[in-house]
Amino acid sequence: MNKTLFSVISIAIIAIVTYFIRSLAFIAFPKGKEIPAAVRRLSNTLPYGIMGLLVVYCLKDTSILSYPYGLPELISVAVVVILQIWRKNSLLSVLAGTVCYMILIRTVF
Amino acid sequence: MNKKTFKRAFIDSLPIMAGYIIMGMGFGVLIQKEGYNFLWSGIMGLTILGGSMQYVAVDLLGGAVSFLTTAVMTIMINGRYFFYGLSMLEKYRQVKKGRWYLQFALTDETYSLVSTMDTSKPENKGVHLHAYYFLLSALNHCYWIIGCVSGALLGELANFDSRGMEFAMTALFVTIFVDQWREAKNHFSAIFGVAISLIFILILGADNFVIPAMLILTVVLMSGKVGQPKEEDYE
Repeated sequence: MNKTLFSVISIAIIAIVTYFIRSLAFIAFPKGKEIPAAVRRLSNTLPYGIMGLLVVYCLKDTSILSYPYGLPELISVAVVVILQIWRKNSLLSVLAGTVCYMILIRTVF
Repeated sequence: MNKKTFKRAFIDSLPIMAGYIIMGMGFGVLIQKEGYNFLWSGIMGLTILGGSMQYVAVDLLGGAVSFLTTAVMTIMINGRYFFYGLSMLEKYRQVKKGRWYLQFALTDETYSLVSTMDTSKPENKGVHLHAYYFLLSALNHCYWIIGCVSGALLGELANFDSRGMEFAMTALFVTIFVDQWREAKNHFSAIFGVAISLIFILILGADNFVIPAMLILTVVLMSGKVGQPKEEDYE
């Protein structure tokens, strides 16, 4: 098989499987079919837990046992948390946290 | 589409714009090195729309692995999207036209915003919810494609040192986490989400924790015994 055809089929498989996974819940519960109470609960509670998981996911490759012991991440996350509580402006918090992180990993650590 | 909806969606999407363009460019540079030009990169961004999956796809394409391996890897890496769909069921089922696109475009970042959009809040007054879903999904999709294409175009020419810019995504999730924490009456889900992730990182390692952690989180929350503010909210 030539490389182009191989690549097209591979990409198509990834795209179709991904779309299928994203649609699976909607296929399982089509319009008109009642959503069980257990599943309905998820729309209220799952976003909280998933956000916690995603934060951990983003920081998963941080090495805390060797220098710089995750300090750039820790300090930058703290900046984001404090700013977000204080100013409640997501854009400002994200911008300041990212700039802080970029400076820390380039200059301080 | 009213102005207020557009403004809200655009402002909410700005942190994602930064993250997607940088991450998309990173992918573009990598795939270009495997011999795929900007068209390939753009088409992958358009049809797959998934950060970590596309990075893995660079290896899959470069290593000429079997189609079965590709399919299994996709399920492993993108399996988490099933849970996003499950928790958006009620909201998205009410969308009459073009819901397939919302399902398709449900990335981590888009989910983080659409799942928490509350039009009953004063600052969101006048926002049309369904138009917001579409606009936000499409804006994020565009940022991602722009990133993928420009990364492949710049390729090795890119001297720009973007080290650390990927932190924008972490920061975005942290701000949402903080906002949710301050709003929620019950913090069980947030705490459990962090705890179960850390536990599975210790057991299975950083590369394999997502699916089992999400599965347990979902099952525990579905049981309804914990993490519920008031049961009557759901009946």
